[in-house]
Amino acid sequence: MRSDKKSRLFSRLWMFVVFGFLYLPIVSLIVYSFTESSVPNVWGGFSLRWYRALLVDSDLKESLWLSLKIATSTATAAVILGSLAAASLHRYPRFFGRTFFSGMVSAPLVMPEVIVGLSLLLMLVSLQRLLGVPDRGMVTIWLGHLLVGMAYATVVIQARLRDLNPQLEEAAQDLGAKPWQVFFLVTIPMIAQALLSAWLLTFTLSLDDVVLSAFLSGPGSTTMPLVIFSRARLGLNPSVNAIATVVVVIVAIGVTIASYVLAQQERRRSLEAAAAQRPG
Amino acid sequence: MSFLTGSWRPRPRVAVIGVPFVWLSIFFLLPFLLVFRISLAQMDGALVSPLLTLSDGVLTLQLHLASFIQLITDDLYIATYFVSVKYALVTASFCLLFGYPFAYFMARSERRWQPALLMGVMLPFWTSFLIRVYAWKSLLEPNGWVGAPIHALGIDEVLAFLGMIPSPDQLMYSPFSLVLGMVYTYLPFMVLPLYATLSRMDLRLIEAAQDLGATPWQAFWRITVPLSRSGIVAGFMLVFIPCVGEYVIPELLGGPETLMIGRVLWDEFFSNNDWPMASTVAVVMILVIIVPLAIFGRNQVQAQEG
Repeated sequence: MRSDKKSRLFSRLWMFVVFGFLYLPIVSLIVYSFTESSVPNVWGGFSLRWYRALLVDSDLKESLWLSLKIATSTATAAVILGSLAAASLHRYPRFFGRTFFSGMVSAPLVMPEVIVGLSLLLMLVSLQRLLGVPDRGMVTIWLGHLLVGMAYATVVIQARLRDLNPQLEEAAQDLGAKPWQVFFLVTIPMIAQALLSAWLLTFTLSLDDVVLSAFLSGPGSTTMPLVIFSRARLGLNPSVNAIATVVVVIVAIGVTIASYVLAQQERRRSLEAAAAQRPG
Repeated sequence: MSFLTGSWRPRPRVAVIGVPFVWLSIFFLLPFLLVFRISLAQMDGALVSPLLTLSDGVLTLQLHLASFIQLITDDLYIATYFVSVKYALVTASFCLLFGYPFAYFMARSERRWQPALLMGVMLPFWTSFLIRVYAWKSLLEPNGWVGAPIHALGIDEVLAFLGMIPSPDQLMYSPFSLVLGMVYTYLPFMVLPLYATLSRMDLRLIEAAQDLGATPWQAFWRITVPLSRSGIVAGFMLVFIPCVGEYVIPELLGGPETLMIGRVLWDEFFSNNDWPMASTVAVVMILVIIVPLAIFGRNQVQAQEG
């Protein structure tokens, strides 16, 4: 049919344009990180000078190390707290303050970061005046990132819990598994994919955050996005392109490995499920 | 009796609910209450004045409304709130305009391609948003990859005529570059919830409508769009609410006409060291987004409960 073909062409074109829009900046960043010129939108021939500059950029290296430490601990804690929050909302349809709790869990998803940053900082400052701890620095940044990261982790994990087949857990219990055994041997493997994507998502959120870090950082705790932001604010700078390319490559490798591992697991599981369901 | 129905022994239940509940109460709820409290105080040197004082057996409650009065009487603040809401609305509308057809085509494409397409939308999420926003700076330069074609096609004349850019040769630091950057950043937040509702939709309803004589267009507007309502609401709010308080994108891509409220809060806190004023700006910002927040929350609950 003619109109069918036309509409398919139109839908392909639309998707192509939107994907182009999403990926164009990333491509241009990578291309101009290899330029010889010191303006990142003029091609001055191929060169690795901006990568060599990165190697001796101690500000950037220190801040990257700090950001990685914060991002790792944020992601780990966010997945743990997010799992608990998702489990509460999923398993307990009724408890005191549930609606309020569910609102508190998802509010940081949309709440403007300046508000979250300001309010958390004001509290931590008051706390510090009362108790002498915590000093502004890594721990306070971690607390802020964890607050937002937990909301994302909860959404991802809760979505997966909803799709689970409850019969599998019931079957394990009927076969005599204790609740903690059901949890570790049945539930956790089934939601492993969601746990991993929640971990990756909160890791990159933390690695990326400017506003919360700016509010919650102290002297000597400058994260990588803060360094990049202050340079980007001053103007275009090819060293930013080079660090961006490094981050993109690391993330691409991480995501590829993660999705490969997950695909393998998924296949194994579906094979096992098929084998288990075969009659006889 | 089972793990799932909730009739579990009490101890694990208390821990599972209690830990995140207490944690959020301390680090999310308490700070908010503190912001309200500080917005009603004044700076006392480096400290914030106490609200309650007890002296000579008299308990006095002092509420300083100076910050609120200043916010209402100084035109700058009110105007900035309007500017912020305006750009947030424009951004959310453009995201819907581009994101809806995209999510729709994605949900109706072949099953085996869908995971890859979804990955394609998610992947930019996993690369630094700060760096991607920064990239637009060079793309929009007059000789940049986007700036040059816009100039060659004469689109810049149209944009300048519409007042979206100050002059045809300058795309950056304008309402245009600001909205572009915000649409770019928040588009996935629109696409993902839309895709989630559209891909779950029962396609037999469309067939039924067409069997009953509806044209594809009628079926789309009267079946597909109403059924994807929760996705539209979720996507719109996920874009609109954070955009109102956005700080980084206006700072990198906006210009003098696009002063937004996130920047005002930032300056009150970091430059003027005026905690009560920064808190007041935050409190009023919460009032501005409270209705959208409530709509978003109700929509999420309805979507979860089916």
